[in-house]
Amino acid sequence: MAADLGSVAAKLAAPGKGLLASDESTGTIGKRLEKAGLPNTEDIRRAYRELYYTTPGMGQYISGVIMFKETLYQSTAAGRRFVDVLADAGIMAGIKVDEGLAPLPGGGDGETYTKGLEGLEAACREYASAGAKFAKWRATLKVTDSLPSDLAVERNAEDLARYAKVCQECGLVPVVEPEILIDGAHSQARFGVVTERVLGATVAALWRHGVALEGCLLKPQMVIPGAEAEGGKVSAGEVARHTVAALRRVVPPAIPGIMFLSGGQTEEEATINLDAINKEARAVGRCPWALSFSFGRALQASVLKLWSSDQTRVTEAQQLALALARVNSEAALGQYSLAAGGHPSTLSGDSLRENFRGWSGQAPAVGPDAAPAVAAPVQPGGGEEVVMAH
Amino acid sequence: MQAKMQFRSARTASCVRATRGRAQAKVLCRAFNSMESPFAEELKKNAAYIAQKGKGILASDESNATTGKRLQSVGVDNTEDNRRDWRELLYTAPGLGQYVSGAIMFEETLYQKARDGRQFVDILLAQGIYPGIKVDTGLQVLPGGKGETTTQGLDNLADRCKAYRKQGAKFAKWRAVIKIGEEGCPSTTAILENAHGLARYAQICQENGLVPIVEPEVTLGPGDYSIDETAFWSERVYSHVMRLLNEYGVILEGILLKPNMCLPGLDAPVASPEEVARVTVRTMMRSIPPAVPGIHFLSGGMSEEEATLNLQALNDEAPNAPWALTFSYGRALQATTLKTWAGKESNWAAAQDILVKLAKANSEAAAGKFKGPHPVPGGGRILQALRTGGSGK
Repeated sequence: MAADLGSVAAKLAAPGKGLLASDESTGTIGKRLEKAGLPNTEDIRRAYRELYYTTPGMGQYISGVIMFKETLYQSTAAGRRFVDVLADAGIMAGIKVDEGLAPLPGGGDGETYTKGLEGLEAACREYASAGAKFAKWRATLKVTDSLPSDLAVERNAEDLARYAKVCQECGLVPVVEPEILIDGAHSQARFGVVTERVLGATVAALWRHGVALEGCLLKPQMVIPGAEAEGGKVSAGEVARHTVAALRRVVPPAIPGIMFLSGGQTEEEATINLDAINKEARAVGRCPWALSFSFGRALQASVLKLWSSDQTRVTEAQQLALALARVNSEAALGQYSLAAGGHPSTLSGDSLRENFRGWSGQAPAVGPDAAPAVAAPVQPGGGEEVVMAH
Repeated sequence: MQAKMQFRSARTASCVRATRGRAQAKVLCRAFNSMESPFAEELKKNAAYIAQKGKGILASDESNATTGKRLQSVGVDNTEDNRRDWRELLYTAPGLGQYVSGAIMFEETLYQKARDGRQFVDILLAQGIYPGIKVDTGLQVLPGGKGETTTQGLDNLADRCKAYRKQGAKFAKWRAVIKIGEEGCPSTTAILENAHGLARYAQICQENGLVPIVEPEVTLGPGDYSIDETAFWSERVYSHVMRLLNEYGVILEGILLKPNMCLPGLDAPVASPEEVARVTVRTMMRSIPPAVPGIHFLSGGMSEEEATLNLQALNDEAPNAPWALTFSYGRALQATTLKTWAGKESNWAAAQDILVKLAKANSEAAAGKFKGPHPVPGGGRILQALRTGGSGK
């Protein structure tokens, strides 16, 4: 079992390959579809995902796709299961298994834990028999001068480790995602300190729970300044230096892949930063894990814009999806070249940031002109979903 | 702010009301002061120097009592002069600096001079060998009746570090010992206690400008426990140590690790170098982040040949390891050297010659280039009993 997990994880983290995070919950994807002028129906969601999963050649750049529960059981219009279509293309199916965020009792303002441990084992076994090979669980941590609290760090690390252990026992490779939110005015240096703290605690919890690191992947944020930080954005070189330094301090070599989330960066920024990280890793040396991507919006935003304008432009949309995947694959090898025709993104400088994707029960203090925190519709099938997950 | 919030349900609203009534979380994210240490850059530079590919450490920091036992085994009295002569033999060995980047000393030795009046620290530096200093004051038995130990030496450590640095030391070393192979060993208490001591020692060293060698030795002992059992406990111990080093703000680029290789118990069949390498590398990959520049294995009882062959196998197994896989050898560099000298002036050059040959073999192994033959083939295990109750003498 351990050997299988190790080989699946190694395949997911293969050189030049990354993950397509298309596991937006019904609420989250609905928000994006509606913003693009499309209705949030099951068939539209199905057709939208089919676009990516049937893109010819995707398997060269994408090793795995993270799906939402509904999607795992969906099929193409012609009736072929998504899982099978992906497998034919050499792409493994993954499944989001957490059930969203909830306020952390005893924590600070906006601190959360992630729901989903109860019933996780049964769910994992079911997903494994449906063809999933890996899973993903997202925790979020908030940065201020005094946060994240020890409680938030330790609780989320502990829950991530328990999730990871259950996955492995059910034959799924766990993608461990402790997302440190970019919202806030904190500096890049502060973000780096918090990153070391959070990832260090996460790794320690994985050790404590006997999680096989060779069969596990990490999905962290790149080390960037807060969205409201003074001085605005920093260069890709700075992102790379801070990110690589932090990871080298806390991530043991046994973990085969670090698959960055794109969380709020533009499509182009995400690619350029990933590329810079890989170039820095090569320059510094001694970075034994793959440094790759698990991108959601950064692989989809331009595609959705095109397809939503005219759903018959499938081929064009697929070519764009492939192009986005390709440039990030190049970035994951440190070989993305700005010279070669420019980035395929059609969204220019638009940030893909959606306001505060942490716990929205209490919005952070925002300026008078900022958009209000967005309410999420109640998740069908019980339990409120308080926050939109990836 | 309230006007901007949209509540999705009564439950959400009541959470918010309850939160506003609650005190703000008081626990701060721990401050990492490593970034502000004035010695940070120097520590990184010195650690990188000692861990450079193809070089390793000569561990010559035996306490006076332990040194005495060794000298007596070749018929030499345990006097200060004899201890000094013995170390002079080691440190003035011509060409040693091609293979050795650091030498760990006992306190007495740090302040000693050669017969011609030169300070040992200067002799070493002239060879390109950084002087190091053992700063722990020995093992103390833990309650529980299992022979588990903790390591002493935190009292006045900061002041001692300052003094040693002034004398010329660039790095320090502290040995924690974890016993396995017996029912109930290692206990959680022993692991936590030793991990804490190491982390606190490392923190104090860095604050005072010395690179700490962190030595969590899962000791080779009696019993027929398997190599995998050693690996299991080693992973557990190292992960506790690394966790605490992070908690205490220790700069990992400015430390060196001195662990045991994974070996089966003394009463189990000896493992092949390939097996030792496979299991040891796996253990290190799981526990040691790449920021640590060098992993300097202790020889702890292995014969001189075994220590070299295992080191070569480690480098074969992981030629692209993110840390140097090298040596910090005591007995595996000294045993035959001592026997060759046996206290006789007429044997001085021959003894130095064998030391340099042994250092060269291990240097080659640390670069993955040892092809043999070994200068001292076929030796048996070089075991020593655990000394406890020491107060650094």
